[in-house]
Amino acid sequence: MSGFDESMLDGADETVRVRFVVNGRRVACEVAPRETLVDCLRNALELTGTHAGCEMGACGACLVQLDGRAVHSCLMFAVQADGAEINTIEGLTESGVIADLQAEFHRRNALQCGFCTPGMLVNAQELLSQVARPSREDIRDALSGNYCRCTGYEAIVDAIDAVAKARSEAGGTT
Amino acid sequence: MDIEEAAVKARAFSYFRAATIDQALDAHARAGDDVRFIAGGQSLVPALSLRLQAPRLLIDITHIDELRGVRREGGYLRIGALTRHCEMLSEPLIAEFAPLLHAAAPFVAHPAIRNRGTFGGSVALADPASEFPAMTLALEAEIEIAGATGTRRVKADDFFLDLFETALQPGELIAAVYVPLFKADQRFAFDELTRRRGDYALVGCGMLATCTGERIDDIRISFFSVGNTPTRVKGAEATLIGSNLDAERIAAAQAALDGDLAPPDSDEVPPAMRLHLARVLLGRLLGRLKEGV
Ligand SMILES: Cc1cc2nc3c(=O)[nH]c(=O)nc-3n(C[C@H](O)[C@H](O)[C@H](O)COP(=O)(O)OP(=O)(O)OC[C@H]3O[C@@H](n4cnc5c(N)ncnc54)[C@H](O)[C@@H]3O)c2cc1C
Ligand code: FES
Ligand code: FES
Repeated sequence: MSGFDESMLDGADETVRVRFVVNGRRVACEVAPRETLVDCLRNALELTGTHAGCEMGACGACLVQLDGRAVHSCLMFAVQADGAEINTIEGLTESGVIADLQAEFHRRNALQCGFCTPGMLVNAQELLSQVARPSREDIRDALSGNYCRCTGYEAIVDAIDAVAKARSEAGGTT
Repeated sequence: MDIEEAAVKARAFSYFRAATIDQALDAHARAGDDVRFIAGGQSLVPALSLRLQAPRLLIDITHIDELRGVRREGGYLRIGALTRHCEMLSEPLIAEFAPLLHAAAPFVAHPAIRNRGTFGGSVALADPASEFPAMTLALEAEIEIAGATGTRRVKADDFFLDLFETALQPGELIAAVYVPLFKADQRFAFDELTRRRGDYALVGCGMLATCTGERIDDIRISFFSVGNTPTRVKGAEATLIGSNLDAERIAAAQAALDGDLAPPDSDEVPPAMRLHLARVLLGRLLGRLKEGV
């Protein structure tokens, strides 16, 4: 029993059906195997909060949560995510889990054009779920794969630092 | 925009998700040329998007349970090929029995890439600038390879052959890496020099020493980002064996690097500069080894 048969090699651009849970809703869509997750989210599902920048893993604009962990949606094909649970910036916003981060980014001008912001927020949330009280050095380290062309990073680090303090004083890490 | 006009889009391919090693090997054998296994995809997907590679079939190996898990087996830690870079940081067995890999892990890429990239993928790719392949040399690890004729184990010393070239034959899979368990009389050190955290290193190095008190009985030192393959520096190792890591021996080991390393010419980092950085890094790490930190 191999499960593989040679006919799979014909019509490589034929679409296949993938199913996942996106932002708490079960969805199915037809994708060509070569379609990246970021393209699927933006084009097929019209969730354009996830941004496509470099499309090669360098800028961090495309970060989403896959089964609870931050990953680059440009570094995987949608077919690979079949069966997974995905949260995009829209879902994280709706559920309120990052409301404090968003408010703090706003308050401290940690965004200007906003292109990098969804990725920054997904990564900040990842960091704070792993390390309750990160140092500024830890924060910079965690953001090393997120480019921002506008802010100079200082305000972003300030905002995450402030939320980390507030959350740990409130006694939780979530 | 039409997908064909877009700058960073992969060419069309078929996709097959394998459930077992046998299924993956069989699919590879039957599909012939131009097939790639995909694990974490953190190196392969960019290569496809940039059209540096255009296979006609991708075999997804990430759902193969046999490739997963970290466990003790005799005198070894068996690290399944699908162990993610982030697990090298979080898995207690790695921290206890392969602390050199645990120490190297934070230097591999960025957090989100570590969430998907796999240990087996990193070793299979054999990027000479990568941390883990070089550490398998320092650890005297063995690579378990699954192929059509069964499995075999290859010593790390015999695995890395040339630039992105390994002992893996087409269609073969890395199933696991076996690392001898870390012992009470051993010490290790790891560091790298980069322009920016998360970047590939200008020069990096890790080492594992077996000691009697302060004396070095055995030491294995491996560099990365210094040539076409991860590189053990046997001349430097030899000068240190039997020593107490006194200043003179450390200087001699640093000098021996001239014979051990031949960094390639590159516009960005001239060979003399890379050698200098390697000497600086070696001195630092041997200092730390002596202090036992
Ligand atoms: C922005 C960025 C920065 C990075 N920085 C670093 C860094 O600093 N250090 C570093 O080491 N890496 C770095 N990486 C690469 C990353 O670590 C990759 O995850 C790793 O090199 C490959 O592992 P993978 O599981 O993603 O493999 P994939 O990308 O899936 O595969 C890579 C290759 O290995 C083959 N392969 C995979 N698994 C197996 C297996 N079990 N058996 C046989 N062949 C297999 C594939 O066919 C493919 O040819 C970086 C990547 C990016 C995008
Ligand atoms: S778009 Fe994914 S990292 Fe830049
Ligand atoms: S706010 Fe413009 S890129 Fe960060």
